[in-house]
Amino acid sequence: MGSVLINVPKRAKRGDVIEIKTLMSHIMETGFRHTATGELIPRDIITSFSCRYNGEEIFRADLFPAISANPFISFFTTATETGTLEFSWIGDRGFSETATASITIE
Amino acid sequence: MKAGRTIAGVLLLLAICVPLLAAEIPADQRRSGFSFMGPDTQAIQNDDTANPGMLWVLDGEALWKRKAGAAGKSCADCHDDDSMRGVAARYPAFDEALARPVNLEQRINLCRANRQQAPPFAFESRELLALTAFVAKQSHGMPIEADADPQLAPFVAKGRELFLQRQGQLNLACANCHDDNWDKRLAGSAITQGHPTGYPMYRLEWQSLGSLQRRLRACIFGIRAQPYDYGAQELVELELYLKSRARGMPVETPAVRP
Repeated sequence: MGSVLINVPKRAKRGDVIEIKTLMSHIMETGFRHTATGELIPRDIITSFSCRYNGEEIFRADLFPAISANPFISFFTTATETGTLEFSWIGDRGFSETATASITIE
Repeated sequence: MKAGRTIAGVLLLLAICVPLLAAEIPADQRRSGFSFMGPDTQAIQNDDTANPGMLWVLDGEALWKRKAGAAGKSCADCHDDDSMRGVAARYPAFDEALARPVNLEQRINLCRANRQQAPPFAFESRELLALTAFVAKQSHGMPIEADADPQLAPFVAKGRELFLQRQGQLNLACANCHDDNWDKRLAGSAITQGHPTGYPMYRLEWQSLGSLQRRLRACIFGIRAQPYDYGAQELVELELYLKSRARGMPVETPAVRP
């Protein structure tokens, strides 16, 4: 099960600075822990997050083992035109999730 | 200096050895664990798009609609969308067939076994936590009233007994901290009053959602006693007593706690 929560304002005025919040479901296993029998638990984290606004990349982040499970990423951008925001999370073991949100500029 | 330390030690020992006053917290002084947290953690809980517990609620919603078991039925096939409103506020509740109280997780698994003819989910599995969170979220803001059923009275009493019972190598009862010392701190962390208002809840320490029984087991481990197994009758009774102790406080599921 992979759930994601996105919070983008539905409407904004042109030029407004808007906050975008994303929450992605992921265990973010560090790769430094061991099981009770001493075996290393392999690393399983999200390594990269990016956001495109009408095709243009406006935000990108690399993620590392010290980042908590279910990473919450929030950032700001300027509302320029009506369209869609595309979010993408890429990680270990072929993890790849996407989500979209639309915004209307008044 | 040394004498002073000895006296302090003796005083501390005295404080620990004083018989339990068993003074319950007056209704007007009861506080949810929420009020012990910093503003940053409170903000995570208050914003449904920042609260990681909502990820489980979303998963639970999907599970609610998914057909399961030999009966080929989903939860939604029998229960209306709004029918779970207020249910979590009443659990643990008395089960007539078993003649004992069951908690919300056990109720879900009973429903799976009897109505869906599906294997039960393991305690603390993602599925069981998700369904429980989805059901409990619908009682958000409603007052807890788990002990209204008179058949539950003997079980509430047993739970209270366990709450007051000193146990473990540290010889502590729940009440020693959560009734008598809730206004103090232990190793930098607030000792809360132990009201189960927001379960299943997201603990930042767990990096996951967890049930009230997980919390109780962790506390029992902390006093260096042998924890009861998940689903044990003792834990359900303790849950029930804690709910009766929190009577009238609003449900916060899914809560966030440090």
